[in-house]
Amino acid sequence: MSDIITVRDMCLWYGNHQALSNIHIQIPEKSITALIGPSGCGKSTFLKSLNRMNDLVPDVRITGDIRYKGIDILGASVDVNELRREIGMVFQKPNPFPMSIYDNVAYGPRTHGIRNRAKLDQIVEQSLRDAAIWDEVKDRLQKNALGLSGGQQQRLCIARALAVKPAVLLMDEPTSALDPIATSKIEDLCTQLKDTYTIVMVTHNMQQAVRISDWTAFFLLGELIECGDTETMFSTPKDQRTEDYITGRFG
Amino acid sequence: MKKFSKKNCFEGMVQGIFLLLGLVTVGCVLLVTIYLVIAGIPAIRKIGFIEFLFGRTWESTSAEPSYGILPFILTSIYGTAGAVAIGVPIGFLTAVCLAKTAPKGVRKIVESAVSLLAGIPSVVYGLTGMLVLVPGIRRLFHVPDGASLLAAVIVLAVMILPSIIKVSVTALDAVPKEYEDASLALGATPIETYFRVSVPAARSGIAAAVVLGIGRAVGEAMAVMMVSGNVANMPGLIQSVRFLTTAVASEMSYASGLQRQALFSIALVLFLFIMLINASMNFFLKGRKEE
Repeated sequence: MSDIITVRDMCLWYGNHQALSNIHIQIPEKSITALIGPSGCGKSTFLKSLNRMNDLVPDVRITGDIRYKGIDILGASVDVNELRREIGMVFQKPNPFPMSIYDNVAYGPRTHGIRNRAKLDQIVEQSLRDAAIWDEVKDRLQKNALGLSGGQQQRLCIARALAVKPAVLLMDEPTSALDPIATSKIEDLCTQLKDTYTIVMVTHNMQQAVRISDWTAFFLLGELIECGDTETMFSTPKDQRTEDYITGRFG
Repeated sequence: MKKFSKKNCFEGMVQGIFLLLGLVTVGCVLLVTIYLVIAGIPAIRKIGFIEFLFGRTWESTSAEPSYGILPFILTSIYGTAGAVAIGVPIGFLTAVCLAKTAPKGVRKIVESAVSLLAGIPSVVYGLTGMLVLVPGIRRLFHVPDGASLLAAVIVLAVMILPSIIKVSVTALDAVPKEYEDASLALGATPIETYFRVSVPAARSGIAAAVVLGIGRAVGEAMAVMMVSGNVANMPGLIQSVRFLTTAVASEMSYASGLQRQALFSIALVLFLFIMLINASMNFFLKGRKEE
């Protein structure tokens, strides 16, 4: 399996505060990589660096090397909008636009120039099917998306992200605002999606990391302490700090 | 125990006073409404409803007076529409710029300028229009008098800018950042995001801003009186005209009898216009709450 994203020597500062130091990690293609660690350890910051959403934060500075399919995404010549089309994102709080379900999913394709109605219909249906929500919304595509339940909204957001046909999906604690049933639906969905997409997911829930991820990376205080395949890491962690965290001694 | 009930008594009294003061406002509105209706109806009856509203000539001081206020109504409508046509695009785009794209320093400066613009007395607007716009229009169009509907439209357009900008900026600021993040994360550019996500999400607030601007334009008297020429013509762009507001203001000091009553009727018509505008604003604001 090849690595779709490789990060070397990456450091990140918010103003004078260093939030990440010397991160080295490879993200393998078509798999789920879980980023775990206590709050404030920099895992969300790291995630947002992968599609340059950190650009929106004032005073951010990144050094080092982040390559997506071999291209240095920190380079000045990179088209950030094109990068974000390739590397989609699902947020912690479901954030559908205050418009119809159809328009939510069609937003991305329309942005990228698809106007043909039949083509849009087809993309919307396929994306909603891929996000396992088609059967629940197919009769009310023109209804406002804000009328959906939290779990449905989050799956709609996944469908919206899928509609621009990304290669990678970044998920920032996608289930932390959801109830257990909605959470398990999203988890099932993720394991289906990894056949086609690479998923990088920040999670606070260690059981979730064990349940669905292939690879796990443990962050602590801005450093990447340990990463490796999930089973090994949770059964025989190499670092004492990892063991302390996954056994619940802190965090 | 006694002390406690004393306290309660005091509470009750204070609440009573507040209620009373609140009722003063309601009372004023009721008083004005009732007075306008009572004072405005008789002239309409005497002149005739159709004759009054749709009569094309206003000759209140001639030997055989004629009281048709269609010129005033149309002037008010055209003037407001023109002001909105100019002021809304400028105000709206300024608001988008301030709320979304402008650097903090620029926003601060422009916002204080907008506040200042809102605080300028209307007589100063009128004066500036008189000294700058009116001669400018006279020269540009080679007309004997530059005091015209066009001058009033321009003055009104500037006057409604502050309310449009302020209310729109507030609405745009209130758009949750999550919406914009979602759009950017899909690969949309910032400008696409502002116009396809932020503006639609703020549309009821922006609509309320426009209605507020309309209300301000319809109700303005002093500034338009100074630049519009104040002649009861049917409206034309570089024609001297008279608005509903100025019609009342300019004749009230010397009017008597039916003429005076007719002025009250004009005020009643103006009042109904404003009520309509307020109602539509409430409608838009209610829409915002539901979203």
